[in-house]
Formats: sequence, structure tokens, C-alpha cells
Amino acid sequence: MIQIEEALESCVSPEPGAATALVRDRNDIDGIGIDLLLEGIRRRWGYDFTHYSYASIRRRLEHARRDAGFKRFTELLDRLLYDEASFDRFLKHMSVSVTEMFRDPAFYRVVREKVVPILKTFPFVKIWHAGCATGEEAYSLAIILYEEDFLSRARIYATDFNKHGLDTAEKGVYPTANMVQFAENYRASGGTRALSDYYSSAYDLAKIKEPLKERVTFSYHNLATDGVFGEMNLIFCRNVMIYFDQTLQDRVLSLFTASLRHGGYLCLGSKETLNFSKVKEEYESVDARQKVYRRTGGSLV
Amino acid sequence: MLGKRSIGEPGDRLFECVAIGASAGGLHALRTVLSGLPAAFPVPIVIVQHVEPKGDCYLSEILDRATALVVKEAEDKEPMHSQTAYVAPAGYHLLIEPDGTLSLSLDEKVNFCRPAIDPLFESAADAFGPGLIGIVLTGANADGAKGLIRIKEQGGYAIVQNPRSAQSPCMPQAAIDAVRVDKVLDLEHVASFLARLVKGLS
Repeated sequence: MIQIEEALESCVSPEPGAATALVRDRNDIDGIGIDLLLEGIRRRWGYDFTHYSYASIRRRLEHARRDAGFKRFTELLDRLLYDEASFDRFLKHMSVSVTEMFRDPAFYRVVREKVVPILKTFPFVKIWHAGCATGEEAYSLAIILYEEDFLSRARIYATDFNKHGLDTAEKGVYPTANMVQFAENYRASGGTRALSDYYSSAYDLAKIKEPLKERVTFSYHNLATDGVFGEMNLIFCRNVMIYFDQTLQDRVLSLFTASLRHGGYLCLGSKETLNFSKVKEEYESVDARQKVYRRTGGSLV
Repeated sequence: MLGKRSIGEPGDRLFECVAIGASAGGLHALRTVLSGLPAAFPVPIVIVQHVEPKGDCYLSEILDRATALVVKEAEDKEPMHSQTAYVAPAGYHLLIEPDGTLSLSLDEKVNFCRPAIDPLFESAADAFGPGLIGIVLTGANADGAKGLIRIKEQGGYAIVQNPRSAQSPCMPQAAIDAVRVDKVLDLEHVASFLARLVKGLS
């Protein structure tokens, strides 16, 4: 994995004891078990899930518990504290990586038609794709920039906390079977070439071509605990923050605002919104339906 | 903060939320229920109707025109208000947080569906306990049955549409088979019963 520490300006460490603002009913034993489990994981392994959306993390923890064959969350905690391999398996439960190339084609059309033309007025742009999972969307963006003859003047930093996902992303190798859906998305997003121009196939695998890969830098970054990435012109963070509670969403949005140049773009998932966040006033909406925002507040860079 | 209350009898308990699940035939059923509720309905309503995952979905607009309540598509981390019904967006599960705000999720399909009824019911049951009313309407599968079990475990109130009055009887029948439901009602009686129940008049 390529180190991009030069882009990492500062590192915010997790606040100890900040876990769970919720006061549990003493009879909510599963709830107490979940609190202890998350606190144990944070202290033992440094992964902080304490400000994830409780409703969805509870569902995932129930899956992980069933998967491990336990009835109680405290039994799962015991296993995860002492057994690294189990924790590794557990992490896969905790990070969703349901993604596609050109997922939500209408969104990529807006990027192509409304965002890229403005980015092209800069000599060089930096893009941060936060929560890139297995990399499909980072490569989708690279394809659009290539087609707009702009890729050589751009660098995409794609980050995630799931190392398995990052390994896949860095290899850029996907099952050929997925490419049918991806090609359909690509055409619906306004792509005019053949998606197969961008990968080489061997047996049942498709490998993203080198000129695209060399403009994308994948690296580890945890939105719950890590810090600012400097001077970005565009930040993608799609369908990641729906898994966070409002506190963590506000933290991450402040991180993005601090990482974004004045006039830079922030792209969220199509059902995510700045409406309930503290940074709302710092942005104007570029496309309300596709959740593309532009940073207007703050000082000029 | 909203949360579990230990209140004994249905007659004097305070309901905080109504969760409704519907599948095949659900548009007609939801219209019938929502159009029968008064504009001043005092608690928020959350709805999962099985829909196609892709493409524009005008379900909330259609329902909004049929009722005195406000009907809107649920947004992530949105606080709930009374006199309002929140509909799960196509392709996303809808969940309720313990503080009563809404969450969306792209986790794997449940019962081959996203949105699915079980995740809504289970998270709402955890959030509201005895303060929740769960309603299973028409449908051609068994989604909602497991969720209704959790609602009953947490002390909530379970209503199921009479399968004989349902366009697709499977889903209400599966719910009746899975849980000791509090009330089985013909479709046209659901709204009036609900309006009395939330006022503590039932």
C-alpha cells in the first residue's frame, strides 16, 4: 500500500470514554452487552464503532453473534478480545461493501456535466473518495476524468478502514460477471464508449487497466478516528455516513469541510443530506436530487 | 428522550409510534388506512411498502394526496413528528434509532426485499417497546412476521389485516401464525380502530 502521509495533515485520536450517550434501562441486557462489546473493541483493537447508528449496528452485531454461534453479546466480546482471527472475521460483518461501478448512474451524469467542467478550470485537482470499499466507484470517477481528458491532471485518494476491501481495490480485479451490470450503469450515466475499453479480461476476471490505476492511490483511513486530508477539490463519501449517528456524522462533515478548498465539491449518497447537520450553512446545493454540494463558507484558499 | 415505558394496559398506555408493513396490494391498503386517519393523528407513522429497487418511486406523493396527514419519503437521521407518515425509500431499509430519529441502510436484503418490513419492526420495537403499534397489511410473502414477534416481545401492540379482506392473504396469515396478535381487522376498520387506540379509547 502506498503511503500518503504527506496528505495527512493531522490525526485526531478518539476521545476516551466518549462512548454511548445513551443511558440504558437496567433491563435492556442486550443493549448493555452491545455497549460493552463496542467499548472492548475500541480499547483492544482501536476500531471505534461507538458512534455508529445504533439500529443498524445492532442488526450487524446480531448477525456476527449468530455467525459465531453465541447467544449473548458478552460471549462474543470474550472471543473478540482474545482472538485476532475472530476479530478479523468480525470486521467483515461490520463493513458493508455493496458497491458497483457507476452506482446511481444519474449521479455520475451530474458529476460529468456539472462538476468536472468546473474542475477542469484548475491546473491540477485532488480528489478524496472516503469509504471507497472495494474501489469500483473510485475507478468509475477515473474513467469519467479520462474521458474528459483530465485524468493526467488529477489524483484520486481513495480510503477505507477495511483492509480486505482495500486489497481488492488496489488490485483492481473484479468478477467479469459483475461487468454486465457495471456496463449498463456506465451507459446510463452518459458513457459513450464500451466499458470493456477500460479493463482486460482473463478467464472470469476483469482487471482495470494501468493508466486508470496509476492515478488512484488507495490507503487506510478511518473516518471515526483519523484526521484531515488537505486541500481537496472534490470529496466523495457516498452511502457511508448513513451508518453513523448524528455526532459522528457531524465529526466527519467537519473533517470534510476542513479538507475541502473553498469552492470545492462534496458528493453524498442520494439519500444522505446536510439538512440535519451543523455544517449546512457552509455549503450550497449544486444538485439537490443527487446530493452534490459546493463549499461556499469559510476562508478563501 | 423517547423510549420504553412500562405501562400496563392498552387502555391507559401512551403510544409513541405506528409502524406499518405492506407488500402486494399495499398501495390500495395504505391509501385506505391513511385516508381514514384524522389530520391531528397524534403520533408519527413509519411505513415499509415493498417496491422495485431502481427507478423513481412516487409512493409518498401518491399517498400524500390521499390523506390529511403529511406523507414524505424518510431521510437519514430525520427526527419524526406527529401527523406525519414516513415512507422507506426504494432500495433502502428504514430503521428507527433509540432516540426516535430515522436511519437508512443499504445492508443486504432481508426476505429478498430492501426495504424489508422486519428490520423496521425490529428496530422500532427496540426503540419504543410498549409504545409501538405494529400493523401487517396485505402481501404475498412472510416479511413482517419476525418483526411482529419482536414487537410483542418488547411489549408492543400487534394489528394484522384480516387475510380474508387482503388482496394477498399470505403476509397477514404468516403474521397471525407467528404471533399472538392483539387485533385482526378488516381493512376498512383499521383506520378508525387506530384513531381510537392512540387516544386510549380502545
